[in-house]
Amino acid sequence: MTSAPSTNNKHIYLDYNATTPLDPRVLDAMMPYLRENFGNAASRSHSFGWAAEEAVKIARQQVADLLGASDKEIIFTSGATESDNLAIKGAVEMLAKKGKHIITCVTEHKAVLDSCKYLETNGLADVTWLEVGKNGLVTPEQVAEAIRDDTVLITIMMANNEIGSIHPIKEIGAIAHEKGIWFHTDATQGIAKLPFDVNDLNVDMASMSAHKIYGPKGVGALYVRRRKPRVRLSPQMHGGGHERGMRSGTLNVPGIVGLGAACKIAKDDFDKDQAHYKALRDRLEQKIRGALDHVELNGDDEQRLVTTFNISFAYVEGESLIMGIPEIAVSSGSACTSASLEPSYVLRALGVGDDLAHSSIRFSVGRFTTEAEVDAAADTVIKTVRKLRDMSPLYEMAQEGIDLSSVNWDAH
Amino acid sequence: MAYSDKVLDHYENPRNVGSLDKAAKDVGTGVVGAPECGDVMKLQIKVSSDGVIEDAKFKTFGCGSAIASSSLATEWVKGKTVDEALGIKNTDIVEELSLPPVKIHCSVLAEDAIRAALTDYRSKQNPDEKADSE
Repeated sequence: MTSAPSTNNKHIYLDYNATTPLDPRVLDAMMPYLRENFGNAASRSHSFGWAAEEAVKIARQQVADLLGASDKEIIFTSGATESDNLAIKGAVEMLAKKGKHIITCVTEHKAVLDSCKYLETNGLADVTWLEVGKNGLVTPEQVAEAIRDDTVLITIMMANNEIGSIHPIKEIGAIAHEKGIWFHTDATQGIAKLPFDVNDLNVDMASMSAHKIYGPKGVGALYVRRRKPRVRLSPQMHGGGHERGMRSGTLNVPGIVGLGAACKIAKDDFDKDQAHYKALRDRLEQKIRGALDHVELNGDDEQRLVTTFNISFAYVEGESLIMGIPEIAVSSGSACTSASLEPSYVLRALGVGDDLAHSSIRFSVGRFTTEAEVDAAADTVIKTVRKLRDMSPLYEMAQEGIDLSSVNWDAH
Repeated sequence: MAYSDKVLDHYENPRNVGSLDKAAKDVGTGVVGAPECGDVMKLQIKVSSDGVIEDAKFKTFGCGSAIASSSLATEWVKGKTVDEALGIKNTDIVEELSLPPVKIHCSVLAEDAIRAALTDYRSKQNPDEKADSE
């Protein structure tokens, strides 16, 4: 295994779906472009510019190779949020004369949800928000039924960040293509964790981010199909006409080099990474589920990212659990850990009750996770859940056989 | 979120976790909150024949501040008379634990739990006056 990035942090990082550390190999690739090779990739008149241009060209090919795309179909952006905004707003604006109906689903990332809401609020689009099943998935049939004569865009994420559920995007893409509708997928969580090929998956646009795949923050890409169909987007960032006019702004050369290097490593190490992720995720999952009763997996057991394990510990509140495991970095669907004071909208959409949403923890493993870390994390979590259950009135009532849903709670 | 040292101390070493016999005549039980709101507190008091709270226990489902608030509440009610315990205000808990504004509801819940336990105890002593026990 590649050695982990050095860190003075003794904590165990199990939040790889939130962000990943920079792979040391990525940093090595980037360094020259942070130092001597500082040129502007658009400077055509000197060697500084040529070196930058060449580096961007290589990176563009590396990204394209990971996606099964052509290098001419890669638009560099500041990250997946920008890619989602450009894909959705850019497509709807471009196709305004053709129609204004979008199909998406309620568990998308906020970058997709809020882009669609913006268009809806301003009268620029009608949006169908597909509900998801208990496993967090939409079906191709739901998408087919939602299609109208004026549908111009379908946007469904590849895999969900919170629960890891993997949508049937190949089938959804086939339906879109049959009807001549553009299909965008926010592939931020899917790329490098799942086999990905734009032609195999019938994808017309795909958003991705470098920092989810061991690259730097602040850089990402949008795949934009050039043939069958030829997708053109109305730019959301105006200026010097970079990136085929779809995204102006001086290229972030070191970031792009880092994204390219991260993509190359993801492609080269795909099988090795997969085996590593799955072994560790399963080990963590088996330890925790084997030791504790009343735990509920959130999302789909099978159609799920190999990195991700989202679980609710009934009768234990999420923030208190996180407080009891300060050396383990995970995230929770509990309201108390978010600014909004609402439990996770994704878990709510699955029909997970607010009580279990409050008790949910997402574990996500990654390239630098070790077996020892997983074992230590599992032990600490199990110990803490037991301690909190010993002081939980709900656990006590459940042990006494009281049906908690029949209790007349004094909601406040 | 940064917790105050006192919240951390109560979370790590909660005082008086447990349960008393809720059927006993000298025990008052208060259960407040709701699971879907993310916090439920159960606070119980045991009152001696001369009206002094001689024991208190709690169990709480909730965040660290909720656990700390209820743990502190059990410490404070012990040794007080029923009337004195009614004087405990949520603002005292906020001050003692340095709770931030977003966690004030935890202290309110703890005060509610004390009151609910005291009310339950009183209604057990005077079953006929249940309706106007406050």
